[in-house]
Amino acid sequence: MYFHYCGIPILIFFCERVKIYRRNNAISHNKLLFQCFYNRCSAPAYHLILEGILILWIIRLLFSKTYKLQERSDLTEKEKEELIEEWQPEPLVPLVSKDHPSLSYDVVTGPPSHRIIVNGKECINFASFNFLGLLDSERVKLKALSSLKKYGVGTCGPRGFYGTFDVHLELEERLAKFMRTEEAIIYSYGFATIASAIPAYSKRGDIVFVDEAACFSIQKGLQASRSFVKYFKHNDMEDLERLLKEQEIEDQKNPRKARVIRRFIVVEGLYINAADICPLPELVKLKYKYKVRIFLEESMSFGVLGEHGRGVTEHFGVNIDDIDLISANMENALASIGGFCCGRSFVIDHQRLSGQGYCFSASLPPMLASAAIEALNIMEEDPGNNIYIHKNKCILPSSLIYGGFCRTPGLKTVGEPLTPALHLQLENSTGSRTNDLKLLRAIVDYSLDRQIALTLARYLDKEERFLPPPSIRVVVTVEQTQEEMEKAAQCIREAAVKILK
Amino acid sequence: KTRLDKLCLLNQKVNVQPHAAYALMQVKCNENGKARYRSTYRPFIESFEETPMLVAVLTYMGYGILTIFGYLRDFMREWKIEKCHIAREREEQKDFVPLYQDFENFYTRNLYMRIRDSWNRPIYSVPGATFDLVERSSNDYNWTFEYTGRVVKDVINLGSYNYLGFAENTGACATAAGEVTVKFGVGMASTRQEMGNLKRHEELEKLVASFLGVESAMAFGMGFATNSMNIPALAGKGCLILSDELNHASLVLGARLSGSTIRVFKHNNMQSLEKLLRDAIVHGQPRTHRPWKKILILVEGIYSMEGSIIRLPEVIALKKKYKAYLYLDEAHSIGALGPYGRGVVEYFGLDAKDVDVMMGTFTKSFGAAGGYIAGRKDLIDYLRTHSHSAIYATSMPLPVVEQIITSMKCIMGKDGTTIGRSRIQRLAENTVYFRRRLREMGFIIYGNNDSPVVPMMLYMPAKIGAFGREMLKRNIGVVVVGFPATPIIESRARFCISAAHTKEMLDRALDVISEVGDLLQLKYSRHKVLPSLDRPFDETTYEENEE
Repeated sequence: MYFHYCGIPILIFFCERVKIYRRNNAISHNKLLFQCFYNRCSAPAYHLILEGILILWIIRLLFSKTYKLQERSDLTEKEKEELIEEWQPEPLVPLVSKDHPSLSYDVVTGPPSHRIIVNGKECINFASFNFLGLLDSERVKLKALSSLKKYGVGTCGPRGFYGTFDVHLELEERLAKFMRTEEAIIYSYGFATIASAIPAYSKRGDIVFVDEAACFSIQKGLQASRSFVKYFKHNDMEDLERLLKEQEIEDQKNPRKARVIRRFIVVEGLYINAADICPLPELVKLKYKYKVRIFLEESMSFGVLGEHGRGVTEHFGVNIDDIDLISANMENALASIGGFCCGRSFVIDHQRLSGQGYCFSASLPPMLASAAIEALNIMEEDPGNNIYIHKNKCILPSSLIYGGFCRTPGLKTVGEPLTPALHLQLENSTGSRTNDLKLLRAIVDYSLDRQIALTLARYLDKEERFLPPPSIRVVVTVEQTQEEMEKAAQCIREAAVKILK
Repeated sequence: KTRLDKLCLLNQKVNVQPHAAYALMQVKCNENGKARYRSTYRPFIESFEETPMLVAVLTYMGYGILTIFGYLRDFMREWKIEKCHIAREREEQKDFVPLYQDFENFYTRNLYMRIRDSWNRPIYSVPGATFDLVERSSNDYNWTFEYTGRVVKDVINLGSYNYLGFAENTGACATAAGEVTVKFGVGMASTRQEMGNLKRHEELEKLVASFLGVESAMAFGMGFATNSMNIPALAGKGCLILSDELNHASLVLGARLSGSTIRVFKHNNMQSLEKLLRDAIVHGQPRTHRPWKKILILVEGIYSMEGSIIRLPEVIALKKKYKAYLYLDEAHSIGALGPYGRGVVEYFGLDAKDVDVMMGTFTKSFGAAGGYIAGRKDLIDYLRTHSHSAIYATSMPLPVVEQIITSMKCIMGKDGTTIGRSRIQRLAENTVYFRRRLREMGFIIYGNNDSPVVPMMLYMPAKIGAFGREMLKRNIGVVVVGFPATPIIESRARFCISAAHTKEMLDRALDVISEVGDLLQLKYSRHKVLPSLDRPFDETTYEENEE
């Protein structure tokens, strides 16, 4: 195309030159230049003009842009308006059917303590994570009340801007002392704790090895970190080692890059979704072998496992300094609100400027911090005794509780004997999650009618990375007596026989 | 009804005349010895005075010098000439990949550490109009603090977000919360969907819905998480989120967790927003050019660092024109704006139904904790079943719920008193007075005339620490903010006005600010301040009797 257009003038130009040259043929070589100039002057005016135009044309062609084969297809304003007119967005939210299983919540009237009134029926609570029964403790309540009288309810600011109260500092110090770590940091929301802690350290390009059964807040933390996530099979150390080895080989290919990629293993001490304990000693071995840091989420195990209730590290006798970061919420065993992270100052202090849920959120109401301090006091009072294990051992061996639930036909118990929250799953699934949930809900309703408050473990089906099978979660606390537990086990058995046929 | 109709009409004209929104304002006046409220409209005035050139140059130089010294000191620390206070990695883990990149903490180590005492000051009382601070000192240039055991009493509090003064340890709210504490305890130990849904939670939600004038509402335990855990339920892959550049971290995190495409428009700039909307609909998704599933606009009512108020009438007009959805975060504006404290929607005299998602927090005006989302019933029903917070997070503690219910009833006048009403009035008066006086003194003040968040420009890094310390010496607690919370040269002090502040307190604070302002040469403004009018813009003023 280009040559097609510019070729014609070039052709004309050369014809002109040749004509002039021929006319000057007879002239000797050294006179050529002069002759050329002379000829130019004597040439007719139209020649000069024509040549001038041609030269300008060539220059223009040389510097002008090449032609585009296609014409620009910019939309006109009218077309744009039409597009805008035509566009129909999806509704903001899809319509929820009225009989959606989780649309109508169970309503609790009165305190959510050991004896709980659910949907108007008084029941024994086998659903709340009130492991140590501290929710009903008069001492905790009075401490919270006196704190309320001093500080009011809200903090009206984030920690940085006059939202730090002396009780926050006290609670952080107490938690650090209790866990025997250098430093602790508190968050105002349990869920936000590990979800903020992970992205404070692990950034884009870093690698996190995570157990498949990790809870939702870990998953959200990983998503916020934008790191590269590798899931290993639940509690399967061989699978983890396989992934670590793979990474090692990868690192050898590009050692420069490997030197800046941080690696983390994120595990739960006691899995809320699987009700079993992580093999911490093996994890620590892998940590030093492959130089990976360990983040441990202990919301379920804090206050429950270990001789003093310090969690999985104490349970296994692992040196707590070998774990880089421990996070737990204060909403289960401590029966307050919020969460904390603890570890070495080198690690923890970084969150004070980088933990999003710490920096950008209002701080924990001081009365809730005071309640947590008092709950810690109660936990520490009896040295050498973890109230959870101690009381349960006095009343009945935990294996008995476990056994009680185990003997239910049609249901299988998931979890280790030590765990405070077991899962009852269907032995034979009907094949559809909705139907399974309906069956389990029927068992829950049956028990509710017989003074046993149970709950289904709820998940966001589409959002969970690995959706656990539907289950009823049974929580064992120190307040339940042997009779109550036997009654509950009996009740579930009856329900299972009746409903599952 | 005429009042609202007229205002709606005014605000609908916004399409024709950009930059002219009208705010509803109520002025108390005495007539025949009786207090009356007069409704007036006033134009929407926001100012962001330009940084003087010399100041900008000096500020950059300040940072330059700090950086050079930072490198020098890092060098000395490296060679052990200077003592190093930084916590170190364990010996056993020295050969691990470093947890922090070296430059990551350069700013913290060399700039923040110098003025660290201006933040995290521990307080020892209610964060009310005045508070007591725990005194602390440092012998190693802020690396560690020691508590002297003394308490600095009666510091005027210009830092807490206590807009309506409900941070109290006496009075109706504290009493009600105390009763509940004794009866119910503080914990919940379960989620809303499992065993943590108390009757009182549902009552709170009904109250919030009626306060905001919408069909339904849902409450959550943490304001930050209300955003970050609910936006992912509303938008997902194939959706577009248009977010103001100065949106709070929680909105940004929520948008990121949702997996949608995020585009950012200039702060409160409607041309920028419209351009993004047009382009998005015309061009569709990148690469595939499929049409977007939906477009969600994220804005805040009052921006807490700028003190600006969202141009809501224009945003609503755009949202309607382009069929986008609007998510309005009223963390700072609920309770603090509007003649009845119903936030920015009422401030402009608009209809709450035009905002698709109304979000707000209970931390600020209500003196409690947590947040809410309100809107149409189908939205809330969907959130009840799909909100991350309802399923995985422990529900709200009851004393906090009680504080919110009592304070909200007070604001609505449902407690049979006019306390709430007069506090809203007081806050509006305090705000206008405080802003006017500061401007008259010659400070550069950012934001809207009606915003109780008052940012005052400091610019230079050295003045951040100096201002905070000098104010505290004179018993006034202020918040100072620098990079990264603000652009690098726009360091500022921020005052939060409260209804609990008396005129004497404000006057004292203003005198001190003026004194420190002279000392540190902070009176940068080159604008001439016109003598202020006592009555606001009154072309459209008309009278209306209430009570």
